[in-house]
Amino acid sequence: MVKDKSIAIKKAAQAQSRATPTTPATTVVQPVSTTFHELQSAINTTFKDYFRNLTPRTKLIDLFLLFLVLLGVLQFIYVLLIGNFPFNAFLGGFISCVGQFVLLVSLRLQINDETKEGQVEGEEDSKIFKFISPERSFGDFIFASLILHFIVIHFIN
Amino acid sequence: MSNVNQLTIYGVDIQLIRTLLKIIIFISIAGAAISSRLFSVIRFEAIIHEFDPWFNFRATKYLVTHSYYEFLNWFDDRTWYPLGRVTGGTLYPGLMVTSGAIWHILKNYFKLPVDIRNICVLLAPAFSGLTAIFTYFLTKEMKDSSAGLLAAIFMGIAPGYISRSVAGSYDNEAIAITLLMATFYFWIKSMKIGSVFYATITALCYFYMVSAWGGYVFITNLIPLHVFVLLLMGRYNPKLYTAYTTWYALGTLASMQIPFVGFLPIRSNDHMAALGVFGLLQLVAFGDYVKSKVPNKQFKSFLIVSVVFVFGSGIAALFGLTAMGWIAPWTGRFYSLWDTNYAKIHIPIIASVSEHQPTAWPAFFFDTSMLIWLFPAGIYLCFQDLKDEHVFVIIYSVLCSYFAGVMVRLMLTLTPVICVSGAIALSKLFDVYLNIKDAFHGDNISISKVISKLTVLLSFGFYLFYFVLHCTWVTSNAYSSPSVVLASRNPDGSQNLIDDYREAYYWLRMNTPEDAKVMAWWDYGYQIGGMADRTTLVDNNTWNNTHIATVGKAMASPENVSYEILKKHDVDYVLVIFGGLLGYSGDDINKFLWMVRIAEGIWPDEIKERDFFTDRGEYKMDKDASETMKNSLMYKLCYWRFSELFGGRDGVDRVRNQQIPINAVPELNVVEEAFTSENWIVRIYKVKDLDNVGRDLYDATKFENKKSGKRNRIVKRPKIDLRE
Repeated sequence: MVKDKSIAIKKAAQAQSRATPTTPATTVVQPVSTTFHELQSAINTTFKDYFRNLTPRTKLIDLFLLFLVLLGVLQFIYVLLIGNFPFNAFLGGFISCVGQFVLLVSLRLQINDETKEGQVEGEEDSKIFKFISPERSFGDFIFASLILHFIVIHFIN
Repeated sequence: MSNVNQLTIYGVDIQLIRTLLKIIIFISIAGAAISSRLFSVIRFEAIIHEFDPWFNFRATKYLVTHSYYEFLNWFDDRTWYPLGRVTGGTLYPGLMVTSGAIWHILKNYFKLPVDIRNICVLLAPAFSGLTAIFTYFLTKEMKDSSAGLLAAIFMGIAPGYISRSVAGSYDNEAIAITLLMATFYFWIKSMKIGSVFYATITALCYFYMVSAWGGYVFITNLIPLHVFVLLLMGRYNPKLYTAYTTWYALGTLASMQIPFVGFLPIRSNDHMAALGVFGLLQLVAFGDYVKSKVPNKQFKSFLIVSVVFVFGSGIAALFGLTAMGWIAPWTGRFYSLWDTNYAKIHIPIIASVSEHQPTAWPAFFFDTSMLIWLFPAGIYLCFQDLKDEHVFVIIYSVLCSYFAGVMVRLMLTLTPVICVSGAIALSKLFDVYLNIKDAFHGDNISISKVISKLTVLLSFGFYLFYFVLHCTWVTSNAYSSPSVVLASRNPDGSQNLIDDYREAYYWLRMNTPEDAKVMAWWDYGYQIGGMADRTTLVDNNTWNNTHIATVGKAMASPENVSYEILKKHDVDYVLVIFGGLLGYSGDDINKFLWMVRIAEGIWPDEIKERDFFTDRGEYKMDKDASETMKNSLMYKLCYWRFSELFGGRDGVDRVRNQQIPINAVPELNVVEEAFTSENWIVRIYKVKDLDNVGRDLYDATKFENKKSGKRNRIVKRPKIDLRE
């Protein structure tokens, strides 16, 4: 999610840079600036809400996610600066980051779904992942991660 | 359902009976699927069919006699002489590894030393049983288990699939269709419940599929397309995210483990759609997260800004990377899917393969019988309750209908979806008309209702019965011929086998030096490698167009030009297939125009297609044949001493129905006849060495002919005919 935050900030900056040149035309100013304000407030709300809903478990997951993103970016910078000589090793490392990231997000979605919906509704049918208990999602996560890293090790040689 | 649970028959739970019945039905479906594929073994023998299977068979033999690592690092110097082929890195090893593994398991754990040839021959029928079972599960996800059972039996005996999986047709498709169905089933399953576990299984099946068949690109594009369409329909949910991203991350990484695929998944445009959808899904997931937190209006503006940004940068990146050469542009085969004339103009070698031709209309009915008209009905029913999984069937059917129309070969990928949707339609019909409950309710049973039900049921019962007959008939008549051995009938009706291919290949194996190089058109490369075990110049793995064009040029040129090419490539023997005597239409003269075209693509100045036609633009072999045609090596090799068979009259070429004049017998100077098979299908010529006393080969031949004055071999006409 933290990665997404940075994306969002980038997007905001993008929107801002796009907004400034259009200011002379008075008719356009109004919608563009409101769009920008709405965007800002949207980001703010999301932020606050995110920190409000944080449980220790999701915090752990999110920290791991942040770590993976940093690791991926680091590898990418390395490739840009020094070159991609053992290309399969780079790919293996990078994809292991991406893959683990994706798996973690899936795990987070599944766990979050359970707690949130469980508290509000308490009904089985309203849940999105109604066939998957948190235990099972964790088991699935481990299974998939094992396979992922097995292939990565094989790929890296 | 709760009522059903309590029902018992003779004290046995009805659920148990159902399960038992299902198992029995499965076993009989698998039995039917396997036994209908055994026609070729019963009629002929357990032999590998056609062309590509011979290579797979040879590779499998290499695998079981060498170690796995040697197999992966296999450099084959017996093909593509003098270039050789990095076989280990340019094949899909899935098929060979599967049969190798079965062989090892049978030998080591069951102590059953089975000949590897028998495993190869029977692999396709065995896997067809599994395909039927996976089709059952897939269809069950779409509708219910009764539709599943119908789909399974359709899949088991549909000729469209049998055409590639009869016993002996040891080709990649044999296991690939099974894996295609398995991957799709697990994909639907994982998408439905959002399970990481099933998505992982999907990725593993996908990996197996990648290792087995180049058609895996179909899955690589179909699943992202499915997700994309769902996104456009506004049906995003976290389950989609879980299933797709897990599959993509694991599947892509796994597919890069196959040496032949290598870094393609991140380099080629064929795979970019999957990557794009992967990225898109991340953004959509994030958007979905934001949406759940903020009011609707704010989200709208957020959405507009981000969509414009992402779309613009994505397109720019794709174009930029392709222009910079980081991503390979789409491959020729891919272009030929969209523009049916593309291959004809740019890559004659792809167009020259008969299975890459557009499908003729009757082929659809021939290959799927009544399912072809149930198919649209099934699709309509899918539209009616348009759940996520039905969208998948619809996309699959639309794409594949188009592709099957473009290439005969892709009929194979269309057949499963025809079976699935045909079964959906039929089972819906049975649901309605087999429901006899309301007939017993109420006092007056309406006669018209009963009659209408009976009519529909009986007619569809008849259709089903006819379907089985049709499938069996098609299988036994059209798809069970090994094409290595031909069948014909004697005048008295008894069967006669024409075994010229093996006769000739065996002659090569026994009578030529082990390192002899045989030049033949590429169709026969694998067979020569597999059966005669001799080095070939070109084979069915058409990786080097120039080399094939060289062979084409040698065949199409006059003798002196050809001789130079033959000598440069160390060719010892030239092999041609000639069906003129027997009426066997798949011979080299009929393929000759492709040789000319391919050669023309490389040497437009020396070979011109127009020169091979008569002035009136006809493709003729008789006295009207053009000079270029009469001088070409191919013409000479095929018709050398042909007219002598007819005892003073003109020879009759029964394929082209043309008279070969007796007074214009082709002369051969640079090669000499070495072997001609019983029915003249295979003719082998030995390339003469340079003359000992330094004469021109033309002079030498003239001198030799004058000296001996007689033929050293009496030509004899075979007794039998090929009646098709």
